[in-house]
Amino acid sequence: MTDDIEIKDKAAWDAAEKVADYEHGWSSDIETDFAPKGLNEDTVRFISAKKNEPEWMLEWRLKAFAMWKTMEAPDWAKLNVPPIDYQDAYYYAAPKAKPKLNSLDEVDPEILRVYEKLGIPIAEQKLLAGVEGGEDGGLPQRRVAVDAVFDSVSVATTFRAELDRAGVIFRSISEAIKEYPDLVRKYLGKIVPMHDNYFATLNCAVFSDGTFVYIPEGVRCPMELSTYFRINAENTGQFERTLIVADKGSYVSYLEGCTAPMRDENQLHAAVVELVALDDAEIKYSTVQNWYPGDAEGKGGIYNFVTKRALCQGRNSKVSWTQVETGSAVTWKYPSCVLNGENSVGEFYSVAVTNNHQQADTGTKMIHNGKGSRSTIVSKGISAGHSNNTYRGLVRVAPNAEGVRNFTQCDSLLLGSLSGAHTVPYIEVRNPSAQIEHEATTSKISDDQMFYAMARGLNAEEAVTLIVNGFAKEVLQQLPMEFAVEAQKLLGISLEGSVG
Amino acid sequence: MLQINNLHANVGDKPILKGLTLSLNAGEIHAIMGPNGAGKSTLGYVLSGRPGYEVTEGSVTFNGQDLLALEPHERAAAGLFLGFQYPVEIPGVSNVQFLREALNAQRKYRGEAPLTGGEFLKVAREQAGALGMDMDMLKRPVNVGFSGGEKKRNEMVQMGIIDPALAILDETDSGLDIDALRTVGDGINRIMRKPDKAVLLITHYQRLLDYVKPDFVHVLDGGRITRTGGAELALELERDGYKELAA
Ligand SMILES: Nc1ncnc2c1ncn2[C@@H]1O[C@H](COP(=O)(O)OP(=O)(O)O)[C@@H](O)[C@H]1O
Ligand SMILES: [Mg+2]
Repeated sequence: MTDDIEIKDKAAWDAAEKVADYEHGWSSDIETDFAPKGLNEDTVRFISAKKNEPEWMLEWRLKAFAMWKTMEAPDWAKLNVPPIDYQDAYYYAAPKAKPKLNSLDEVDPEILRVYEKLGIPIAEQKLLAGVEGGEDGGLPQRRVAVDAVFDSVSVATTFRAELDRAGVIFRSISEAIKEYPDLVRKYLGKIVPMHDNYFATLNCAVFSDGTFVYIPEGVRCPMELSTYFRINAENTGQFERTLIVADKGSYVSYLEGCTAPMRDENQLHAAVVELVALDDAEIKYSTVQNWYPGDAEGKGGIYNFVTKRALCQGRNSKVSWTQVETGSAVTWKYPSCVLNGENSVGEFYSVAVTNNHQQADTGTKMIHNGKGSRSTIVSKGISAGHSNNTYRGLVRVAPNAEGVRNFTQCDSLLLGSLSGAHTVPYIEVRNPSAQIEHEATTSKISDDQMFYAMARGLNAEEAVTLIVNGFAKEVLQQLPMEFAVEAQKLLGISLEGSVG
Repeated sequence: MLQINNLHANVGDKPILKGLTLSLNAGEIHAIMGPNGAGKSTLGYVLSGRPGYEVTEGSVTFNGQDLLALEPHERAAAGLFLGFQYPVEIPGVSNVQFLREALNAQRKYRGEAPLTGGEFLKVAREQAGALGMDMDMLKRPVNVGFSGGEKKRNEMVQMGIIDPALAILDETDSGLDIDALRTVGDGINRIMRKPDKAVLLITHYQRLLDYVKPDFVHVLDGGRITRTGGAELALELERDGYKELAA
């Protein structure tokens, strides 16, 4: 055994491990440590105290809370969301269990089991197993360090020692606030400012946990980093916060996956993700979002209001967002790039699937401030059932940004006749040298394609899955291998029942 | 192997097949000829279960099973293959992926173990090679950007990989140049000319039949078989046309 897995809160870990005995879709009866229900200054103080935060952090939260109270929820998206009662939810929940006295060596196989139940891709489990000294059927030694977040707390992080040796900081954000306060303060709220939007401000006040990554100058992160989020406790909002800083000439690939159990009530998820890339640095950020979408009648499901933004601050810096969005009842999400650096590059590759009564309003913003900055947007929307799927994208070119280029491709695929697909591009160009291209298509799966695939032996659902995966291929191939395989399966699962 | 008895079928509300009766035994190759609009493609679609093609009367048994009770993918798994007159494009899905998934879906349905990637590629490489298609083409999306002739050749590669018991080949010869016609003809013989297999060859032209000798030739006109003969009937049709024959 060459590496370690750090269990930060043994009690929480054990509880999480118990939860994992249930397939996602089921929550367990584990004891949970809640903050009092509702949202007021005391809630904010409670969260901060639970985390033993320094005074500056509490002050920051309180400032955000005061600001949030003066704000109103945005209503410009093509979403039909009933008013949310913010007092009827819990803002902090931690799994609680009696500590067991296992050694770390004993814990290892359990970790694999937990991750298996959490739906971590099989290949990743194999890789994790390989590192433990188990045999691995010829897979290349590609490893993934994982931070698992249950409800409001980070329960475990793998590969800590190896990452530390490389100088990579991979911590839950709660730990980072205490261990690396200067680094965190330098960037926290600098990419997505506190006042940015209603949900981001709320997140500043009540964020519970999340991930902090720092890649030092010139370092290529020795493995992929990954966070798995799971909402388990009932009526709990999840507000995670991620901050990734890639110093000059560094590289990191980061994966984010999520699950939540089936519940009749809607649950709120409002995350903030901030990325910074300095000169010649590159961040690849991949998401497979599989929060509970609600049932076939549209009951329950996660409200996913997420603010994700990257600052490409340095010359030649690059940030690539890849997202596969299959879950949530409502998705409101626009991972964006502010391209300040000369010749910086922003990319957005997205597949959004909506079925039944799901609603998604998602897209990106590419803000070109740097000379010669370039961006690529590829959005694939798939709508089935009674769902609505909107791409909303902004491409903005500042007056003195010479030589900017953008290419946007938006394709929509409709299944059935009751679903909707919408494309809302905003283009604001203030420099005449910019080259902006926008292409959009809307299509249906044709009867010819379906019959051709079925005549070769695929049943209706397999045929739809195959055709949809072909449609989404340009995006799926941007994902790391293991994620791509998982994402392909997810596309099929989320479209179940969408063909007669 | 295949017994079609008094088959009537509508496309939409329009009756197209009007009492078609035909039997194929294992080891036989049957050609079906007939004027445009006679219902030849309709017969292929009805036999493979295309939605929208409604059987109003009659029966079809395939190796003792009621074929019409099966879904299209079940018919494929039971050993029926339709070579399309107009093969369909599936963007973003490679030929290799398409065929591997299709073949393994059939195998699963029959309770057979799936082929691994390596096993599948071996078969695919052999079949593509025999039909003069290079591997690059197998990796390209299904039929996307293929010429008419390449699409038809691809249908034959698919048939070779799937290895069906009964192939209905709908104008597989149209759009082929002379060399391709020979390759495709050789392919049909190699893959299907076996004691336990049968072929229903839909064609307009005698020229394919120079390579694939039919045991029987049928004329399909007005939704039913109007005449049946041996290979010489095709030559007669080529010389005199359908009108002469009907008169
Ligand atoms: N989808 C359809 N809707 C209505 N009529 C159709 C359709 N497909 C075929 N037909 C009609 O059915 C008849 C037989 O067509 P088809 O089977 O394609 O003939 P063939 O293959 O012998 O040329 C033609 O009159 C054609 O117009
Ligand atoms: Mg035809």
